[in-house]
Amino acid sequence: MNRKFTWFNATSLTLGFVFLYLPMIILVIFSFNSSKLVTVWAGFSTKWYGELLQNDAFLNAAWVTLKVAVLSSTLATILGTLAAYVMVRAGRFRGRTLFSGMIYAPLVMPEVITGLAMLLLFIAIGLDRGVTTIVLAHTTFTMCYVSVVVSSRLVTFDQSLEEAALDLGCTPFDAFKSVTLPIIAPAVISGWLLAFTLSLDDLVIASFAAGPSSTTLPMKIFSSVRLGVSPEINALSTLMISIVTVGVITASLISKRSIAKQRADEQAAVRT
Amino acid sequence: MNFRRLFLILTPYTWLLVFFLVPFAIVFKIALSDYAISIPPYTPQLDLSAGWEGVKSFFGELDFENFTFLASDALYYSAYLSSLKIAAIATLITLLVGYPVAYGMAQSSDEWRPTLMMLVILPFWTSFLIRVYAWIGILSNEGFLNQALMGIGLIDSPLTILNTNIAVYVGIVYTYLPFMVLPIYSALEKLDGSLIEAAEDLGCSRAQAFWLVTIPLSKPGIIAGCFLVFIPALGEFVIPSLLGGSSTLMIGKVLFEEFFSNRDWPVASAVAVVLLLILIIPIILFQRNEQKQREAGL
Repeated sequence: MNRKFTWFNATSLTLGFVFLYLPMIILVIFSFNSSKLVTVWAGFSTKWYGELLQNDAFLNAAWVTLKVAVLSSTLATILGTLAAYVMVRAGRFRGRTLFSGMIYAPLVMPEVITGLAMLLLFIAIGLDRGVTTIVLAHTTFTMCYVSVVVSSRLVTFDQSLEEAALDLGCTPFDAFKSVTLPIIAPAVISGWLLAFTLSLDDLVIASFAAGPSSTTLPMKIFSSVRLGVSPEINALSTLMISIVTVGVITASLISKRSIAKQRADEQAAVRT
Repeated sequence: MNFRRLFLILTPYTWLLVFFLVPFAIVFKIALSDYAISIPPYTPQLDLSAGWEGVKSFFGELDFENFTFLASDALYYSAYLSSLKIAAIATLITLLVGYPVAYGMAQSSDEWRPTLMMLVILPFWTSFLIRVYAWIGILSNEGFLNQALMGIGLIDSPLTILNTNIAVYVGIVYTYLPFMVLPIYSALEKLDGSLIEAAEDLGCSRAQAFWLVTIPLSKPGIIAGCFLVFIPALGEFVIPSLLGGSSTLMIGKVLFEEFFSNRDWPVASAVAVVLLLILIIPIILFQRNEQKQREAGL
């Protein structure tokens, strides 16, 4: 595409990013407002952060959410990587179409339907609702995202490397462990991060899968936001936005470096 | 066929069968059942202890009553229609907002692109709920938008935006904008600049070249972006329940309330089945578009 700096492009980019970021900036600024009224500025204060840290209901919910997210994203990464491997490498097998359908369907399924279906399953098999059921539900819908991310990496990498390892006497498992896994590792890690964020973020599926004693943070936020804007929620949002921002920037720096390193390695390998 | 391969295939396969396909079978089954005051609140229940007779009477009692109920009750009918309308209009607005952003990104210099890309992706990683919540403070009667508009003297009394469909449109456009920008950007980025130069050399004005060359060549991106916004927007629950009002009818919200407030599981399941049937068409069209893209890429 031609590179031309035009005022039109500059304006549309500026307006677009102002639209994307202004609401969050306002949210962050007003988390430091000393007034209970969220829309009237009354001076700087960090008291809402203090109140947030003393709010046991929020802390408990945060703990449940974190537990669910770590467990489900780890399970989802294992299952999703396996699924990606099967999709890309296992060749033809009976029921492959159904398999790929089941991997792609959850990506476009409305959350209300996935949540409802999950809950009805848990009730049908008599599983008590709680952390376990949220983990199962989150694993199922996030593993599909992991497998999409990992399979796009598996498709592009040179399969002859694996074959070489096998020819040189590796068992298939060794070949996977010492050749395939290191190559797809960045994709596996970003898959895990994606699954983790999706799980942290999910309200609808968790509302269906959760029992009375297992409220997640988004559920807690949702129920208090329904009553209106509150500075405590602003403080909580600010904390979550900063964690994500730091995380994304770090991840992108790391991946930039690892891509550069990989290129250098490949070039070195070509030269020798 | 060896054991290892079988194990490799069966692990994710079984998981998806048990936790994805079977639940949908259950939804279909309950959609054909009747509401009952019991635990769980539907009838008939499959009674395997009665043997073959039990299975037979179970299937005998399933019927399409809930679907006739959905068709006869104006609430559901208009909820589906208004969801389709809201999702379609919101998708169009997102396209109009997103295209110039994607275009500007594609035309920016190489050192800027990764940063702009990250700026578009960053909101996607931030909590959806928080991004919707941010608009409550902006759009409410005492909110920033009304304060600003009254401050510059454009209006005398606050506009009611929160709890109307307008707020729902704003919410959808805002939260789904990255889904529109990214596919259009990746289509525009691949576009060969010499084609536009050729069009201009052959006598097109810049606007004509844009309309006759750039837009058609970015069509796959536009289509992908539109589906990525339209499909999830159709079943959206969080945005209509936080930003919309009592008159905002969206099917995701109706389903949620049918299930949790009315505890009518069979009707909620039937609502889900119909929503699924409506979604199948755009989903298949979307898959075809992706397939075509992949084949064109090879």
